[in-house]
Amino acid sequence: MPVPALVDRLYRTHSRRVLATLIRLLGDFELAEESMHDAFAAALQQWPVQGIPVNPTAWLIGTGRHKGIDQIRRRQTASHHIQQQIELAEIPAHAFDDRSVDDDRLRLIFTCCHPSLAMETRLALTLREMCGLTTEQVARGLLQQPATVAQRIVRAKRKIRDAAIPYEVPEGKALAERLHSVLRVVYLVFNEGYSSSEGETVTKVSLTDEAIRLGQLLSSVLPQAEVYGLLALMLLQDSRRAARQCPDGDLITLEQQDRSLWDNRKIQEGLQCLDAAMQLPQPRLYSVQAAIAAEHARAASAAETDWHEIVELYDVLIRLDPSPVIALNRAVAMAMRDGPEVGLTQLAQLAGSLELRHYYLFHAARADLFRRAGQTAAAREAYQQAIALTRQDPERRLLQRRLSGLRE
Amino acid sequence: MKYVALVYLQESLINAMTEKEWHDLNQECVGCVEKLTNQGKYQAGEALQPTTDATTIRVRDGETVISDGPFAETKEQLAGFYLLDARDLNEALQLASHIPPARLGSVEVRPVRELPPKDP
Repeated sequence: MPVPALVDRLYRTHSRRVLATLIRLLGDFELAEESMHDAFAAALQQWPVQGIPVNPTAWLIGTGRHKGIDQIRRRQTASHHIQQQIELAEIPAHAFDDRSVDDDRLRLIFTCCHPSLAMETRLALTLREMCGLTTEQVARGLLQQPATVAQRIVRAKRKIRDAAIPYEVPEGKALAERLHSVLRVVYLVFNEGYSSSEGETVTKVSLTDEAIRLGQLLSSVLPQAEVYGLLALMLLQDSRRAARQCPDGDLITLEQQDRSLWDNRKIQEGLQCLDAAMQLPQPRLYSVQAAIAAEHARAASAAETDWHEIVELYDVLIRLDPSPVIALNRAVAMAMRDGPEVGLTQLAQLAGSLELRHYYLFHAARADLFRRAGQTAAAREAYQQAIALTRQDPERRLLQRRLSGLRE
Repeated sequence: MKYVALVYLQESLINAMTEKEWHDLNQECVGCVEKLTNQGKYQAGEALQPTTDATTIRVRDGETVISDGPFAETKEQLAGFYLLDARDLNEALQLASHIPPARLGSVEVRPVRELPPKDP
């Protein structure tokens, strides 16, 4: 392979590893990023002459580190009160082995998802630093202005430096809490991609794919139940990507999707991850949600869905997280198992929740159950309430279709 | 790294405490300072009198304007501070989570900014 093509490929596949290790070695995000780019530029110049090194990643890290140290020396000469604590000795060989490079990628994601950063900042920083998206791509993906995203990232890097957010993977009790924060960011990235697929055609970047890649990376270096659980959940949800929308962008409900369009490879991978999650200690929210998604994936048709099993899984889920939204989903599953009247009774008990009263899916669920129970007038009213609360167009069109489909 | 942990608390909560509750809270704070000192993490700290005792000054166009009360009316009021010596933000947050009023109000952790050396 000619050097420019090889360097280009290495940049796509390995630049994040190089960056993650350089941040550790140089102790500064900004400097590490600059030095990484310098190292790739040096590769383009030197490799055609000197030949391709045996371990290109190690070469890039070593070169990046030297570039960074040169930069620090220049700054030190320029201004006397910068005191950078950098070991100028040769880096030990283990700095480059796969294990420590993987650790660096974990350090990077735990830093990007640090709870002292705002959630929006965690998303932007993770996409920028971990996934290597440009600021422009991050902005499009998150439906924000590039200038806003750029400013957010600059402020975050300043806070990481000035408040001394450490570049480390937490240990012991802190790990569980902090891992939860990381998984939440990954799932939010996934959902951003899932709900705003219009952005995809413009950016050529799929946030759902990025989230799945992050999940795969995490599961390879931190094989814990919830890590596998989240990856399974994302894969199983994403397996329906081609089936969930008409070419004109209209949404198709799970019940009406053409199951031959589901991605069987993703389903199989998702089911394997779910198995892995269930064999590890403490599968929790994500794993149980994945188990519910798996029940749908296993059903050959909507009619063959095992609603008994799904209701039981919702019973587990609601004990882990007694939130109104989960209670709503459980009520819908019960309606599928026991009939719309049972579901309506359940929903009536939830009507006191302020969160649900303003949630369009609560009214949409009531409307669907009224419709199935033959209570057309009540269904019409509930659809109208749901439509009034919907902000996204595809959802609104789906509800509108349902409303106009009601018999007079 | 030095961090200041600013302790915010609704003064109405303190006012509603029984004498015993107030005494116990203070003793807890004394214990917290003792523990932090033993760990070598405590540099300084003070509890503050309520904002009703606060006076705010502003200097505008060379004139000092003095007014009664805290500089901003907020839901929670500054009740005290700790100056902590911690390795990094994670350690500072872990130490601050043991400050007793964190259960009742909130603790804001801010890194200390070193002033530049005096111009020659």
